Amino acid sequence: MKPAKFSYEAPRTLDEALHSLATWRDDAKIIAGGQSLAPMLNMRLARPDHLIDINRLTELDRIALDGEQLMIGAMARHARLQRDALVKLHAPMLAHAAETIGHYAIRQRGTIGGSLAHADPAAQLPLATLTLDAEFELRSAVGTRTLSAAAFFLSIFTTALEPDELLATIHIPVARPREGFGFRLFNRRAGDFAIVAVAVTLARGEGATIDRLRLAIAGIGPVPLRIDNLVPREDAAAVRAGWSARIAPAVAAAVKIEDNERTPLVFRRELVERLVRDALDDALERAS
Amino acid sequence: MSTASAPVTLIVNGVTYRVLAEPRRLLSDVLREDCVLTGTHVGCEHGVCGACTVLFDGMPARACLIYAVQAEGHEITTIEAFAADGELSVVQQCLHEEHGLQCGFCTPGIVVTMEAWLGEHPTPTDAEVRDALTGNLCRCTGYHNIVAAILKAAARRRVEAARDER
Repeated sequence: MKPAKFSYEAPRTLDEALHSLATWRDDAKIIAGGQSLAPMLNMRLARPDHLIDINRLTELDRIALDGEQLMIGAMARHARLQRDALVKLHAPMLAHAAETIGHYAIRQRGTIGGSLAHADPAAQLPLATLTLDAEFELRSAVGTRTLSAAAFFLSIFTTALEPDELLATIHIPVARPREGFGFRLFNRRAGDFAIVAVAVTLARGEGATIDRLRLAIAGIGPVPLRIDNLVPREDAAAVRAGWSARIAPAVAAAVKIEDNERTPLVFRRELVERLVRDALDDALERAS
Repeated sequence: MSTASAPVTLIVNGVTYRVLAEPRRLLSDVLREDCVLTGTHVGCEHGVCGACTVLFDGMPARACLIYAVQAEGHEITTIEAFAADGELSVVQQCLHEEHGLQCGFCTPGIVVTMEAWLGEHPTPTDAEVRDALTGNLCRCTGYHNIVAAILKAAARRRVEAARDER
Protein backbone atom coordinates (compact mmCIF):
# COMPACT_ATOMS: atom_id res chain seq x y z
CA MET A 1 0.00 0.00 0.00
CA LYS A 2 2.70 2.47 -0.96
CA PRO A 3 2.16 4.83 -3.86
CA ALA A 4 4.28 4.76 -7.00
CA LYS A 5 6.84 7.52 -7.33
CA PHE A 6 5.63 11.03 -8.02
CA SER A 7 7.11 14.49 -7.88
CA TYR A 8 5.43 17.13 -5.77
CA GLU A 9 4.87 20.84 -5.51
CA ALA A 10 2.79 23.02 -3.21
CA PRO A 11 2.26 26.33 -5.01
CA ARG A 12 1.51 29.48 -3.04
CA THR A 13 -0.83 31.06 -5.57
CA LEU A 14 -3.67 29.82 -7.76
CA ASP A 15 -1.97 31.24 -10.86
CA GLU A 16 1.12 29.20 -10.08
CA ALA A 17 -0.98 26.05 -9.64
CA LEU A 18 -2.86 26.65 -12.90
CA HIS A 19 0.36 27.29 -14.78
CA SER A 20 1.78 24.03 -13.51
CA LEU A 21 -1.42 22.19 -14.39
CA ALA A 22 -1.24 23.61 -17.92
CA THR A 23 2.26 22.15 -18.21
CA TRP A 24 1.61 18.72 -16.71
CA ARG A 25 -2.03 18.27 -17.80
CA ASP A 26 -3.10 14.62 -17.48
CA ASP A 27 0.22 13.60 -15.94
CA ALA A 28 -0.56 15.59 -12.79
CA LYS A 29 -3.23 15.23 -10.14
CA ILE A 30 -4.45 18.02 -7.93
CA ILE A 31 -4.42 16.99 -4.27
CA ALA A 32 -6.76 18.81 -1.89
CA GLY A 33 -7.81 16.97 1.28
CA GLY A 34 -6.52 13.70 -0.13
CA GLN A 35 -9.21 11.59 1.51
CA SER A 36 -10.13 9.93 -1.80
CA LEU A 37 -7.01 10.53 -3.86
CA ALA A 38 -4.46 9.32 -1.29
CA PRO A 39 -6.14 5.89 -0.92
CA MET A 40 -6.15 5.60 -4.72
CA LEU A 41 -2.48 6.56 -4.85
CA ASN A 42 -1.59 4.19 -2.02
CA MET A 43 -3.37 1.34 -3.77
CA ARG A 44 -1.84 2.44 -7.07
CA LEU A 45 -5.25 2.80 -8.67
CA ALA A 46 -3.98 6.25 -9.61
CA ARG A 47 -0.37 6.73 -10.73
CA PRO A 48 0.19 10.37 -11.63
CA ASP A 49 3.74 11.53 -12.33
CA HIS A 50 3.19 14.70 -10.38
CA LEU A 51 1.09 16.02 -7.49
CA ILE A 52 0.03 19.64 -7.27
CA ASP A 53 -0.93 20.28 -3.66
CA ILE A 54 -3.44 23.13 -3.32
CA ASN A 55 -3.59 23.13 0.48
CA ARG A 56 -1.60 26.36 0.64
CA LEU A 57 -4.00 28.27 -1.58
CA THR A 58 -5.84 30.29 1.03
CA GLU A 59 -7.61 32.08 -1.83
CA LEU A 60 -9.60 28.86 -2.33
CA ASP A 61 -11.00 28.47 1.16
CA ARG A 62 -13.29 31.48 1.39
CA ILE A 63 -16.98 31.16 2.15
CA ALA A 64 -18.93 34.33 1.40
CA LEU A 65 -22.33 35.62 0.42
CA ASP A 66 -22.51 37.44 -2.91
CA GLY A 67 -26.04 38.77 -3.33
CA GLU A 68 -28.28 35.75 -3.80
CA GLN A 69 -25.37 33.35 -4.15
CA LEU A 70 -23.33 31.54 -1.57
CA MET A 71 -19.76 31.23 -2.80
CA ILE A 72 -17.70 28.40 -1.39
CA GLY A 73 -14.03 27.97 -2.17
CA ALA A 74 -13.02 24.50 -3.31
CA MET A 75 -10.73 24.03 -0.29
CA ALA A 76 -13.53 24.44 2.26
CA ARG A 77 -13.38 21.28 4.34
CA HIS A 78 -16.39 19.16 5.30
CA ALA A 79 -16.03 19.93 9.01
CA ARG A 80 -16.21 23.64 8.19
CA LEU A 81 -19.27 23.25 5.95
CA GLN A 82 -20.99 21.47 8.85
CA ARG A 83 -20.74 24.44 11.17
CA ASP A 84 -20.24 27.54 8.99
CA ALA A 85 -22.97 30.07 9.84
CA LEU A 86 -23.46 31.20 6.22
CA VAL A 87 -23.72 27.65 4.93
CA LYS A 88 -26.16 26.66 7.67
CA LEU A 89 -28.34 29.68 6.95
CA HIS A 90 -28.30 29.72 3.14
CA ALA A 91 -27.60 26.12 2.14
CA PRO A 92 -28.56 24.06 5.20
CA MET A 93 -28.73 20.86 3.15
CA LEU A 94 -25.06 21.23 2.31
CA ALA A 95 -24.11 21.59 5.99
CA HIS A 96 -26.16 18.51 6.83
CA ALA A 97 -24.80 16.50 3.89
CA ALA A 98 -21.22 17.33 4.91
CA GLU A 99 -21.92 15.98 8.38
CA THR A 100 -22.81 12.58 6.93
CA ILE A 101 -19.51 12.15 5.05
CA GLY A 102 -17.06 9.48 6.19
CA HIS A 103 -15.87 9.86 9.76
CA TYR A 104 -14.85 12.67 12.10
CA ALA A 105 -11.17 12.52 11.12
CA ILE A 106 -12.00 12.28 7.40
CA ARG A 107 -14.21 15.39 7.59
CA GLN A 108 -11.37 17.44 9.06
CA ARG A 109 -9.36 16.97 5.87
CA GLY A 110 -11.79 16.28 2.99
CA THR A 111 -12.81 19.27 0.87
CA ILE A 112 -15.89 20.16 -1.14
CA GLY A 113 -13.86 20.71 -4.31
CA GLY A 114 -12.10 17.40 -3.92
CA SER A 115 -15.34 15.52 -3.39
CA LEU A 116 -16.97 17.12 -6.45
CA ALA A 117 -13.96 16.63 -8.72
CA HIS A 118 -13.60 13.02 -7.57
CA ALA A 119 -17.27 12.46 -8.55
CA ASP A 120 -18.04 9.24 -6.75
CA PRO A 121 -21.54 8.33 -7.98
CA ALA A 122 -22.83 7.79 -4.43
CA ALA A 123 -21.09 10.72 -2.75
CA GLN A 124 -23.06 13.29 -0.75
CA LEU A 125 -21.78 16.59 -2.14
CA PRO A 126 -22.35 15.88 -5.84
CA LEU A 127 -25.94 14.96 -4.93
CA ALA A 128 -26.47 17.99 -2.70
CA THR A 129 -24.98 20.49 -5.17
CA LEU A 130 -27.02 19.02 -8.03
CA THR A 131 -30.19 19.39 -5.98
CA LEU A 132 -29.31 22.96 -5.00
CA ASP A 133 -28.69 24.03 -8.65
CA ALA A 134 -25.08 24.84 -7.87
CA GLU A 135 -22.72 26.21 -10.48
CA PHE A 136 -19.04 25.41 -10.56
CA GLU A 137 -16.38 27.92 -11.52
CA LEU A 138 -13.57 26.15 -13.37
CA ARG A 139 -10.27 27.95 -13.72
CA SER A 140 -7.37 27.36 -16.06
CA ALA A 141 -4.28 29.32 -17.00
CA VAL A 142 -6.17 30.69 -20.01
CA GLY A 143 -9.55 31.49 -18.53
CA THR A 144 -12.60 30.79 -16.42
CA ARG A 145 -15.83 29.03 -17.28
CA THR A 146 -18.90 28.17 -15.27
CA LEU A 147 -20.81 24.92 -15.51
CA SER A 148 -23.98 23.78 -13.79
CA ALA A 149 -23.67 20.76 -11.52
CA ALA A 150 -25.91 18.91 -13.98
CA ALA A 151 -23.39 19.52 -16.78
CA PHE A 152 -20.34 18.86 -14.60
CA PHE A 153 -20.91 15.22 -13.64
CA LEU A 154 -20.46 13.08 -16.76
CA SER A 155 -20.01 9.53 -15.48
CA ILE A 156 -18.52 7.48 -12.66
CA PHE A 157 -15.39 9.36 -11.43
CA THR A 158 -15.63 11.50 -14.57
CA THR A 159 -16.35 15.22 -14.78
CA ALA A 160 -16.30 17.92 -17.43
CA LEU A 161 -12.98 19.24 -16.06
CA GLU A 162 -10.40 19.57 -18.83
CA PRO A 163 -6.85 18.40 -18.04
CA ASP A 164 -5.72 22.00 -17.47
CA GLU A 165 -8.74 23.00 -15.36
CA LEU A 166 -9.22 23.23 -11.62
CA LEU A 167 -12.53 23.52 -9.77
CA ALA A 168 -12.08 26.79 -7.88
CA THR A 169 -15.41 27.98 -6.50
CA ILE A 170 -18.87 26.57 -5.95
CA HIS A 171 -21.81 28.97 -6.32
CA ILE A 172 -25.05 28.00 -4.64
CA PRO A 173 -28.27 30.02 -4.96
CA VAL A 174 -29.47 30.78 -1.43
CA ALA A 175 -32.46 28.93 0.00
CA ARG A 176 -35.87 30.51 -0.52
CA PRO A 177 -38.09 31.65 2.35
CA ARG A 178 -40.10 28.75 3.82
CA GLU A 179 -37.80 26.23 2.17
CA GLY A 180 -36.95 22.99 3.91
CA PHE A 181 -34.69 20.15 2.91
CA GLY A 182 -34.51 16.41 3.31
CA PHE A 183 -31.33 14.40 2.94
CA ARG A 184 -31.45 10.68 3.54
CA LEU A 185 -29.05 7.91 2.76
CA PHE A 186 -28.65 4.24 3.43
CA ASN A 187 -25.40 2.37 3.90
CA ARG A 188 -24.49 -0.88 5.58
CA ARG A 189 -21.68 0.55 7.70
CA ALA A 190 -21.44 4.05 9.13
CA GLY A 191 -19.10 6.17 7.04
CA ASP A 192 -19.33 4.08 3.87
CA PHE A 193 -20.57 5.54 0.65
CA ALA A 194 -24.34 5.24 0.43
CA ILE A 195 -26.05 2.50 -1.51
CA VAL A 196 -28.83 4.98 -2.27
CA ALA A 197 -29.09 8.62 -1.20
CA VAL A 198 -31.95 11.06 -1.74
CA ALA A 199 -32.04 14.85 -1.53
CA VAL A 200 -35.13 17.06 -1.52
CA THR A 201 -35.89 20.74 -1.16
CA LEU A 202 -39.41 21.99 -0.66
CA ALA A 203 -40.30 25.70 -0.71
CA ARG A 204 -43.88 26.32 0.34
CA GLY A 205 -46.11 28.98 -1.17
CA GLU A 206 -49.46 30.32 -0.02
CA GLY A 207 -51.59 27.81 1.88
CA ALA A 208 -50.92 24.30 0.67
CA THR A 209 -49.27 25.36 -2.59
CA ILE A 210 -45.68 24.51 -3.43
CA ASP A 211 -43.37 27.22 -4.64
CA ARG A 212 -40.61 24.83 -5.67
CA LEU A 213 -39.87 21.13 -5.21
CA ARG A 214 -36.50 19.66 -6.14
CA LEU A 215 -35.65 15.97 -5.90
CA ALA A 216 -32.49 14.05 -6.74
CA ILE A 217 -31.11 10.54 -6.21
CA ALA A 218 -27.62 9.07 -6.05
CA GLY A 219 -26.65 5.42 -6.20
CA ILE A 220 -28.91 4.40 -9.06
CA GLY A 221 -26.54 5.16 -11.94
CA PRO A 222 -23.13 6.61 -12.83
CA VAL A 223 -24.04 10.15 -11.73
CA PRO A 224 -26.62 11.62 -9.34
CA LEU A 225 -29.86 12.41 -11.12
CA ARG A 226 -32.51 15.11 -10.75
CA ILE A 227 -35.90 13.47 -10.95
CA ASP A 228 -38.24 16.38 -10.24
CA ASN A 229 -40.20 15.35 -13.35
CA LEU A 230 -41.18 11.99 -11.83
CA VAL A 231 -43.26 13.65 -9.12
CA PRO A 232 -46.98 13.43 -10.04
CA ARG A 233 -48.09 16.87 -11.26
CA GLU A 234 -50.74 17.47 -8.58
CA ASP A 235 -48.26 16.54 -5.83
CA ALA A 236 -45.68 18.91 -7.27
CA ALA A 237 -48.25 21.72 -7.09
CA ALA A 238 -49.56 21.37 -3.54
CA VAL A 239 -49.04 19.47 -0.30
CA ARG A 240 -52.06 17.31 0.50
CA ALA A 241 -52.86 14.50 2.93
CA GLY A 242 -50.71 11.43 2.18
CA TRP A 243 -48.39 13.58 0.07
CA SER A 244 -45.05 11.82 0.62
CA ALA A 245 -46.66 8.37 0.70
CA ARG A 246 -48.09 9.01 -2.79
CA ILE A 247 -44.96 10.51 -4.35
CA ALA A 248 -42.50 7.90 -3.08
CA PRO A 249 -43.96 4.80 -4.76
CA ALA A 250 -44.64 6.74 -7.96
CA VAL A 251 -41.02 7.85 -8.11
CA ALA A 252 -39.67 4.44 -7.14
CA ALA A 253 -41.74 2.73 -9.85
CA ALA A 254 -40.74 5.18 -12.56
CA VAL A 255 -37.07 5.82 -11.86
CA LYS A 256 -34.50 4.02 -13.98
CA ILE A 257 -32.05 2.08 -11.83
CA GLU A 258 -28.89 0.68 -13.32
CA ASP A 259 -28.12 -2.89 -12.37
CA ASN A 260 -24.88 -3.70 -10.59
CA GLU A 261 -23.45 -6.80 -8.98
CA ARG A 262 -23.21 -5.42 -5.47
CA THR A 263 -26.79 -4.58 -4.58
CA PRO A 264 -29.86 -6.20 -6.09
CA LEU A 265 -31.98 -3.85 -8.14
CA VAL A 266 -35.16 -4.75 -6.29
CA PHE A 267 -33.55 -3.81 -2.99
CA ARG A 268 -32.38 -0.46 -4.31
CA ARG A 269 -35.87 0.27 -5.63
CA GLU A 270 -37.25 -0.37 -2.15
CA LEU A 271 -34.58 1.91 -0.74
CA VAL A 272 -35.55 4.64 -3.20
CA GLU A 273 -39.18 4.46 -2.10
CA ARG A 274 -38.39 4.58 1.61
CA LEU A 275 -35.70 7.25 1.38
CA VAL A 276 -37.79 9.49 -0.90
CA ARG A 277 -40.70 9.30 1.53
CA ASP A 278 -38.52 10.07 4.54
CA ALA A 279 -36.68 12.88 2.76
CA LEU A 280 -39.98 14.45 1.68
CA ASP A 281 -41.30 14.22 5.24
CA ASP A 282 -38.14 15.85 6.57
CA ALA A 283 -38.38 18.64 4.00
CA LEU A 284 -42.03 19.24 4.82
CA GLU A 285 -41.30 19.41 8.52
CA ARG A 286 -38.38 21.81 8.03
CA ALA A 287 -40.39 23.98 5.60
CA SER A 288 -43.27 24.44 7.99
CA MET B 1 10.56 18.48 -10.03
CA SER B 2 11.93 15.29 -8.67
CA THR B 3 10.64 12.04 -7.30
CA ALA B 4 13.83 11.60 -5.25
CA SER B 5 14.34 12.06 -1.53
CA ALA B 6 14.55 15.66 -0.37
CA PRO B 7 14.91 17.30 3.04
CA VAL B 8 11.63 17.64 4.94
CA THR B 9 11.32 19.45 8.26
CA LEU B 10 8.61 18.16 10.57
CA ILE B 11 7.45 19.49 13.90
CA VAL B 12 6.17 16.55 15.91
CA ASN B 13 5.07 16.95 19.52
CA GLY B 14 6.96 20.24 19.58
CA VAL B 15 10.24 18.66 18.47
CA THR B 16 11.80 19.53 15.10
CA TYR B 17 12.85 16.58 12.94
CA ARG B 18 14.88 16.99 9.77
CA VAL B 19 14.46 13.93 7.58
CA LEU B 20 15.06 12.91 3.98
CA ALA B 21 11.94 11.64 2.30
CA GLU B 22 10.67 10.90 -1.18
CA PRO B 23 7.45 12.83 -1.93
CA ARG B 24 5.54 9.54 -1.98
CA ARG B 25 6.44 8.62 1.61
CA LEU B 26 3.45 8.45 3.93
CA LEU B 27 3.56 10.60 7.02
CA SER B 28 2.76 7.45 9.02
CA ASP B 29 5.93 5.75 7.72
CA VAL B 30 8.15 8.77 8.30
CA LEU B 31 6.82 9.14 11.86
CA ARG B 32 7.54 5.50 12.59
CA GLU B 33 10.76 4.91 10.66
CA ASP B 34 12.52 8.28 10.62
CA CYS B 35 11.23 9.92 13.80
CA VAL B 36 11.08 6.53 15.55
CA LEU B 37 7.68 7.42 17.00
CA THR B 38 6.20 3.97 16.69
CA GLY B 39 3.07 4.64 18.72
CA THR B 40 1.34 5.67 15.49
CA HIS B 41 0.11 2.31 14.24
CA VAL B 42 -0.34 1.38 10.61
CA GLY B 43 -3.31 -0.82 9.79
CA CYS B 44 -4.93 -0.44 6.40
CA GLU B 45 -2.98 2.39 4.74
CA HIS B 46 -6.04 3.67 2.94
CA GLY B 47 -7.81 5.68 5.59
CA VAL B 48 -10.32 3.11 6.80
CA CYS B 49 -9.06 1.71 10.09
CA GLY B 50 -8.04 4.88 11.94
CA ALA B 51 -5.06 3.32 13.73
CA CYS B 52 -2.63 5.89 12.31
CA THR B 53 -4.67 8.93 13.35
CA VAL B 54 -2.55 11.89 14.49
CA LEU B 55 -3.41 15.51 15.15
CA PHE B 56 -2.62 17.80 12.23
CA ASP B 57 -2.67 21.38 13.50
CA GLY B 58 -4.77 20.13 16.40
CA MET B 59 -7.38 18.20 14.43
CA PRO B 60 -7.37 14.45 13.78
CA ALA B 61 -6.13 13.20 10.44
CA ARG B 62 -5.08 9.88 8.97
CA ALA B 63 -1.27 9.89 8.80
CA CYS B 64 -1.51 7.33 5.97
CA LEU B 65 -3.44 9.81 3.80
CA ILE B 66 -0.91 12.61 4.18
CA TYR B 67 2.49 12.52 2.54
CA ALA B 68 5.27 13.65 4.86
CA VAL B 69 6.24 16.44 2.48
CA GLN B 70 2.76 17.91 2.94
CA ALA B 71 3.23 18.18 6.68
CA GLU B 72 5.99 20.77 6.47
CA GLY B 73 5.03 23.88 8.40
CA HIS B 74 2.26 22.10 10.29
CA GLU B 75 2.14 20.90 13.86
CA ILE B 76 1.88 17.15 14.22
CA THR B 77 0.84 15.56 17.49
CA THR B 78 1.19 11.82 17.94
CA ILE B 79 0.09 9.45 20.70
CA GLU B 80 3.51 9.90 22.35
CA ALA B 81 2.48 13.44 23.36
CA PHE B 82 -0.36 12.33 25.60
CA ALA B 83 1.52 10.66 28.43
CA ALA B 84 4.80 12.46 27.91
CA ASP B 85 5.38 13.00 31.64
CA GLY B 86 4.53 9.41 32.48
CA GLU B 87 1.01 10.23 33.58
CA LEU B 88 -1.81 8.88 31.42
CA SER B 89 -4.21 11.35 29.84
CA VAL B 90 -7.81 11.22 31.03
CA VAL B 91 -8.84 9.26 27.94
CA GLN B 92 -5.99 6.80 28.38
CA GLN B 93 -6.69 6.37 32.09
CA CYS B 94 -10.39 5.71 31.44
CA LEU B 95 -9.61 3.18 28.68
CA HIS B 96 -7.39 1.43 31.22
CA GLU B 97 -10.03 1.48 33.97
CA GLU B 98 -12.85 0.29 31.71
CA HIS B 99 -10.77 -2.38 29.96
CA GLY B 100 -11.27 -0.52 26.70
CA LEU B 101 -8.45 -2.33 24.97
CA GLN B 102 -7.15 -5.82 24.55
CA CYS B 103 -4.35 -6.07 21.99
CA GLY B 104 -4.05 -2.28 21.92
CA PHE B 105 -3.38 -1.95 18.21
CA CYS B 106 -6.27 0.45 17.57
CA THR B 107 -5.84 2.31 20.86
CA PRO B 108 -3.44 5.09 19.78
CA GLY B 109 -5.81 6.13 17.01
CA ILE B 110 -8.77 6.08 19.37
CA VAL B 111 -6.97 8.13 22.04
CA VAL B 112 -5.78 10.75 19.55
CA THR B 113 -9.19 11.03 17.87
CA MET B 114 -11.12 11.20 21.13
CA GLU B 115 -8.81 13.79 22.70
CA ALA B 116 -9.79 16.15 19.89
CA TRP B 117 -13.40 15.03 19.64
CA LEU B 118 -14.11 15.44 23.36
CA GLY B 119 -12.72 18.96 23.10
CA GLU B 120 -15.48 19.75 20.58
CA HIS B 121 -18.11 17.54 22.23
CA PRO B 122 -17.71 17.87 26.00
CA THR B 123 -21.12 16.36 26.86
CA PRO B 124 -21.65 13.51 24.40
CA THR B 125 -24.43 10.92 24.51
CA ASP B 126 -23.79 7.22 24.16
CA ALA B 127 -25.04 7.37 20.55
CA GLU B 128 -22.75 10.27 19.70
CA VAL B 129 -19.74 8.45 21.10
CA ARG B 130 -20.63 5.38 19.05
CA ASP B 131 -20.95 7.51 15.93
CA ALA B 132 -17.59 9.19 16.57
CA LEU B 133 -15.96 5.79 17.08
CA THR B 134 -17.09 4.52 13.67
CA GLY B 135 -13.86 5.95 12.30
CA ASN B 136 -11.70 3.63 14.41
CA LEU B 137 -11.83 -0.11 13.88
CA CYS B 138 -11.25 -2.36 16.87
CA ARG B 139 -11.20 -6.08 16.20
CA CYS B 140 -10.82 -7.54 19.66
CA THR B 141 -12.52 -5.91 22.61
CA GLY B 142 -15.71 -4.95 20.89
CA TYR B 143 -16.82 -1.41 21.43
CA HIS B 144 -18.85 -1.51 24.65
CA ASN B 145 -15.92 -0.93 26.97
CA ILE B 146 -14.45 1.70 24.68
CA VAL B 147 -17.77 3.59 24.68
CA ALA B 148 -17.94 3.32 28.47
CA ALA B 149 -14.37 4.63 28.73
CA ILE B 150 -15.03 7.61 26.47
CA LEU B 151 -18.20 8.54 28.38
CA LYS B 152 -16.27 8.27 31.63
CA ALA B 153 -13.46 10.38 30.18
CA ALA B 154 -15.95 13.03 29.07
CA ALA B 155 -17.40 13.23 32.58
CA ARG B 156 -13.96 13.36 34.17
CA ARG B 157 -12.79 16.07 31.77
CA ARG B 158 -15.86 18.13 32.67
CA VAL B 159 -15.02 17.83 36.37
CA GLU B 160 -11.42 18.83 35.68
CA ALA B 161 -12.50 21.77 33.52
CA ALA B 162 -14.87 22.99 36.26
CA ARG B 163 -12.10 22.65 38.85
CA ASP B 164 -9.66 24.57 36.62
CA GLU B 165 -12.17 27.40 36.32
CA ARG B 166 -12.34 27.89 40.06
